[in-house]
Amino acid sequence: MPNFIDRRLNPKDKSLGNRRRFMRRAHEELKRVVKERIRSGRIADIDAEQGVPMPARGTDEPTFQPSRSSGQRQYILPGNKEFTPGDRIAKPGGGAGGAGSRAGRGVAEDEFQFVLSREEVLDLFFEDLELPDMIKLSLKETVSYKPRRAGFATSGAPTNINVGRTMRNSFGRRIALHRPRRSEIEAITREIETLEAAPPSPGTGKRLEELRGELERLERRRRRIPYVDPVDIRYNRFEPQPLPNANAVMFCLMDVSSSMGEREKDLAKRFFVLLHLFLKRRYDRIDIVFIRHTDEAREVDEDTFFYSTQSGGTVVSTALEEMLRIIEERYPARDWNIYAAQASDGDNIAGDSERCAGLLNGRLMHLCQYYAYVEIIDERETEIFGATDNGTSLWRAYRTVNEAWPNFQMTRIARPADIYPVFRKLFSRQPTTQQRK
Amino acid sequence: MTKQPASPLLFSGSDWNFATLARAYEAIEAIALEELKLNVYPNQIEIISSEQMLDAYSSVGMPLMYQHWSFGKRFVFEEHLYRKGLRGLAYELVINSNPCISYLMEENTMAIQALVTAHAAFGHNHFFKNNYLFRQWTDANAILGYMEFAKKYVAKCEERYGTAAVEEILDSAHAIMDQGVFRYRRPPRLSTEKERERARERLEYEEQTYNDLWRTLPTPMGSADGESISKAEREVRERKKTLNLPEENLLYFLEKNSLVLEPWQREILRIVRVIAQYFYPQRQTKVMNEGCATFVHYYIMNRLYDQGKIDEGTMLEILQSHTNVVFQPDFDDPRFSGINPYALGFALMQDIERIATDPTPEDRDWFPDLAGSGNWLDTLLDAWANHRDESFILQYLSPMLIRKFRLFVLSDKAGDNFCEVASIHNERGYEAIRAALARSYETGANLPDIQVVDVDLLGNRHLRLAHYIKNGILLDEESRDATLRHVRRLWGYDVSLAGIDATTGETRYERSTTQMAE
Repeated sequence: MPNFIDRRLNPKDKSLGNRRRFMRRAHEELKRVVKERIRSGRIADIDAEQGVPMPARGTDEPTFQPSRSSGQRQYILPGNKEFTPGDRIAKPGGGAGGAGSRAGRGVAEDEFQFVLSREEVLDLFFEDLELPDMIKLSLKETVSYKPRRAGFATSGAPTNINVGRTMRNSFGRRIALHRPRRSEIEAITREIETLEAAPPSPGTGKRLEELRGELERLERRRRRIPYVDPVDIRYNRFEPQPLPNANAVMFCLMDVSSSMGEREKDLAKRFFVLLHLFLKRRYDRIDIVFIRHTDEAREVDEDTFFYSTQSGGTVVSTALEEMLRIIEERYPARDWNIYAAQASDGDNIAGDSERCAGLLNGRLMHLCQYYAYVEIIDERETEIFGATDNGTSLWRAYRTVNEAWPNFQMTRIARPADIYPVFRKLFSRQPTTQQRK
Repeated sequence: MTKQPASPLLFSGSDWNFATLARAYEAIEAIALEELKLNVYPNQIEIISSEQMLDAYSSVGMPLMYQHWSFGKRFVFEEHLYRKGLRGLAYELVINSNPCISYLMEENTMAIQALVTAHAAFGHNHFFKNNYLFRQWTDANAILGYMEFAKKYVAKCEERYGTAAVEEILDSAHAIMDQGVFRYRRPPRLSTEKERERARERLEYEEQTYNDLWRTLPTPMGSADGESISKAEREVRERKKTLNLPEENLLYFLEKNSLVLEPWQREILRIVRVIAQYFYPQRQTKVMNEGCATFVHYYIMNRLYDQGKIDEGTMLEILQSHTNVVFQPDFDDPRFSGINPYALGFALMQDIERIATDPTPEDRDWFPDLAGSGNWLDTLLDAWANHRDESFILQYLSPMLIRKFRLFVLSDKAGDNFCEVASIHNERGYEAIRAALARSYETGANLPDIQVVDVDLLGNRHLRLAHYIKNGILLDEESRDATLRHVRRLWGYDVSLAGIDATTGETRYERSTTQMAE
């Protein structure tokens, strides 16, 4: 008689530890690959819906293997149909392989690729990035609440009385305290009436007396034990439940005047794409509003935003005003997390920069979770402006905003390679603004 | 109502429960022990789910295994294939241990459970217990205990020295696992004390027999130069002798002689080596092992059917499954992936039965002792006990079988853009095909032959490995370099590998870790 053991109920994931080890090993390798991709500047690839095959490096297991392209071998194969000794069979593809690779045992395991979903790639991509602290803070202090049923209370507004629960308590109390029922009182009253109507007899007087006493007692008791007592009353209790604000709107503001060339637009776009990818991971729903401006601002669709040209002067404040108008119209700050990213080459009509700073300080920064200003400069200018706080009029004006608001960030970009580091700087786990204060 | 006579059937329908499993087991056991005269370890049959089967797959089929990411990789891979439906799971898995553990999948129907019980719990079990390779090289009583020790030991090391450090050692040890087995001899079992005793005795003997006259003999070369060479040579010889070189077991050599390893690291090398050695007989007997198990289940199931213990439906299901298992696609079939060991093993063993009972004149020529003797069972029992794949094929592959499989030999020279058909299933080809097929199953000859040949422990501690090249087959360079780096990690100093042609003795290549950028 063999020993039967039912193992089906044993813990299943015996190799969970191994799997985790493997994932960790693959993870490091994947992170490296993703970072390399960002550095090489192909952001469109990451935005697209495609998997990334796992490279074998880091997870390969080398052993001494005979090389396929050397030496003599003999293969013993079944199913000869037409060959006689001396026949020659051409190897497909010229070199080694052919019958050789077919005769060899499968090497599928080595060709194994590990495909990551787009989400996983993005998770790797943004792994060290975090929403700035103060934004998370304001995420927690959500402004909208929704009442949620939370049991019963003994006090509350009359509109919230729970009738069922109240009557149940009342019924129980009435039974416990023996509150006389209406039928009992009615029976006694009827008996008194019949006795009164009947011709008097010797027993009746005493009986009537007794009955009246009893009736009196019952009525008194009924009065003393009310049908519904305040102790019976229960109210529906509501708790205000904070409603996390899962909506976000992202405003992309860009100067499209003639001073912004293809290069500048491309850089700006890359920054916007990164920001969009980043926000998309945090919020259920995210709207994007594109506002472009020359000397007047207009809300446009994405294609127009990036690809159509328009000439004219530069009045930055028009874009901010347009943004304010849209916020008031469609995105009340109570329900939306508002992010804004502005890209510009820093040119502005004289006197307007101060107006922009005023608009930001006065109104917009109260509404925005975060405002990033990216100034796209010429590569040659990096040397001039790189270290100093001097710069275009817009830059100087925004300096004051930056000092006043921790959730305002500004930076300069000159090359595609700058974008990712700048982005990291803006959204790193420890915002520099906190230290600057 | 009249009472129905008890049905002779062991079970009906496809559902199984432990009562039907036990009934079937007993019927199978009776045939296996009495008719086939099998000699088996006590059986332990465990029912597992598909996920547990995947788990078992990924830990190389052992119920207990230390943790390593490569097992996780295998798991992810197998799971991927399984979930996509590219590959089904095995019906069973059997472990060479005492008691012999067989895993049965819960999804199997009762018919398959019976088939698998006969296949694993009796076929494989008998083979494990009786084949000389397993008896010599593996210890079925101790393996489970050892694996438990290994698992705990590795876990303890991870706790103490960190997962990364342990993983490093295991990575390197796994890289040379194939070079971590003794193929021809057991490791020397001398205790250090005995060894010292021997050295002392030898020294004493030399002292006793010292004769100054020997010094006066002229050196064979006669010149001072020749003397110095012979002196250097003598040193090398002496060194090789003390280190027991050349050594084919790289893991063993590194475990005993590496200068940089901590004791716990040596123990881990030892664990990997023991596991490699434990599995080595299975690699040498794949055809026989599966053939034996398939032959046993086929015989037992047919006998059960003859006895009326299983019905036609069950038998059909079993036959269908059996046919799938022993299916051998032709070389030009898209399903072809080498010779199916189940098909070849089963065919060989059935052929022995045929030759013994119903021989053709040709068989009488080829197998004069066996043909017509009628004693197929003894021949099979003897073969199962005393052969491995290579010798078994060399001994028993009959011309009839070569014709049946229509085997042919294709010889492939690198550099030519064609393969040449060397032999086919005709009178001239039988012997050549048989020899070639047998050779292709010789594990020892097919793995690259890499040995430790020299090391200068007093000098720069350079470890010299030699790869004896057979038939001009070199090593794949990328994986060779990566593996050499692993050897270097275990040795601690530079390692070089020289490729020496085994027939001409000419050096084909030399590669040292000093040439490689880390």
